[in-house]
Amino acid sequence: MSVRNALLALLEQGPRYGYQLRAEFEDRTGGTWPLNVGQVYTTLSRLERDGFVEGCGEDGDGHVVYAVTAAGRGEVAAWFGSPVPRTQPPREELAIKLALAVSVPGIDVGTVIQQQRSATMAALQDYTRLKRRATGDDPHELAWGLVLDSLVFNAEAEIRWLDHCEARLRRAAQQREAAPEPASSPHPSDATEVAR
Amino acid sequence: MSAVLQLDVVTRIHGTGATEVTALREVSFTARAGELVAVMGPSGSGKSTLLTLAGGLDSPTSGVVRVEGTDLAALGHRGRAAMRRTSIGYVFQDFNLIPALTAVENVALPRELDGAGSRSARKAALAALDEVGIAELAKRFPDEMSGGQQQRVAIARAVVGERRLILADEPTGALDSETGEDILRLIRARCDAGAAGVLVTHEARHAAWADRVVFLRDGVVVDESGRDRPDALLEQAQ
Repeated sequence: MSVRNALLALLEQGPRYGYQLRAEFEDRTGGTWPLNVGQVYTTLSRLERDGFVEGCGEDGDGHVVYAVTAAGRGEVAAWFGSPVPRTQPPREELAIKLALAVSVPGIDVGTVIQQQRSATMAALQDYTRLKRRATGDDPHELAWGLVLDSLVFNAEAEIRWLDHCEARLRRAAQQREAAPEPASSPHPSDATEVAR
Repeated sequence: MSAVLQLDVVTRIHGTGATEVTALREVSFTARAGELVAVMGPSGSGKSTLLTLAGGLDSPTSGVVRVEGTDLAALGHRGRAAMRRTSIGYVFQDFNLIPALTAVENVALPRELDGAGSRSARKAALAALDEVGIAELAKRFPDEMSGGQQQRVAIARAVVGERRLILADEPTGALDSETGEDILRLIRARCDAGAAGVLVTHEARHAAWADRVVFLRDGVVVDESGRDRPDALLEQAQ
């Protein structure tokens, strides 16, 4: 998992204790994925069990300091050297909502789409505002800037997908209007006759 | 803050009878000083029509378009042309620079056409090029510059002479994503410095640089996202 690999990668800079690792992780990612310190220490003890880090005693203030081992370095190199696996897509509430909106009668899908588009656009505006502030070129700002870009591109992708859904629905609606369904007879009374 | 651009219940119908097309239907829209507003919508939604009306390049079938408080229809042809040279700056997707003129000449042209002396027009043009970060390219011709540099020249031309309304039609359409972002940063900075900007785009990532995003569908404003600026809220409360 990424927390494990991220902590190992941070230890490549030199020995650290848990609080330091947490602070550095959050600094690089702008607090987008907060870690609790318990999680950091649990992860460190698993890494130690697996031989990827080793405790090297306490510092002057009583913090247990960890260092990466040779096996740990190999693990970090393997992580950077391989793509992140594309797992089974996580259950995507929005896709499910739209899929159901088109099938449940009486739901105005256009409104569902626009409401989502507005909300996602507002989030995109917030990310962009943060981006405007983070313009520095030092590695930490750059790291946070890349995470922000990832959020920006994901939000953009969602809006593009919503635009695409809307266009498809409109086309489908036009085609339905252009070609009246055989079931709906121009003379409703005839249809009733047949039904009888 | 004052409204630099105001559209009041504006309708634009092209053609008549069977071929009649309503490009904009009763749209009201405001861009205030210091504000960047993005207009988003699929092609045919009326976003380009809105921009050409705002720039006085076209006239509404009904409704009023005001720039800095002046009704564009009341100005007449000549008055609108003068308004376009002094108050309104355009940025297009394909830059629209004159190939036979250098960067500084392109930027100085609107001021010279407006009767400014060539020396003062040139001085203002150099200042505008400096503002967009390409003072050193002043003597280059458009074909000697990259797309991003050409768009910077176009922005300098749009803002030269303290124009307070910037209308940008897909200004990043022909640029890669990072260069496009630099261009948006420049437009944004100009608005932060007090201009009103209207950005027409179909890219959400670019629209997100705006304070407000207006969504157009079939010539109608269907929604708006983004916070109103605090002073706009105060204005409404009064």
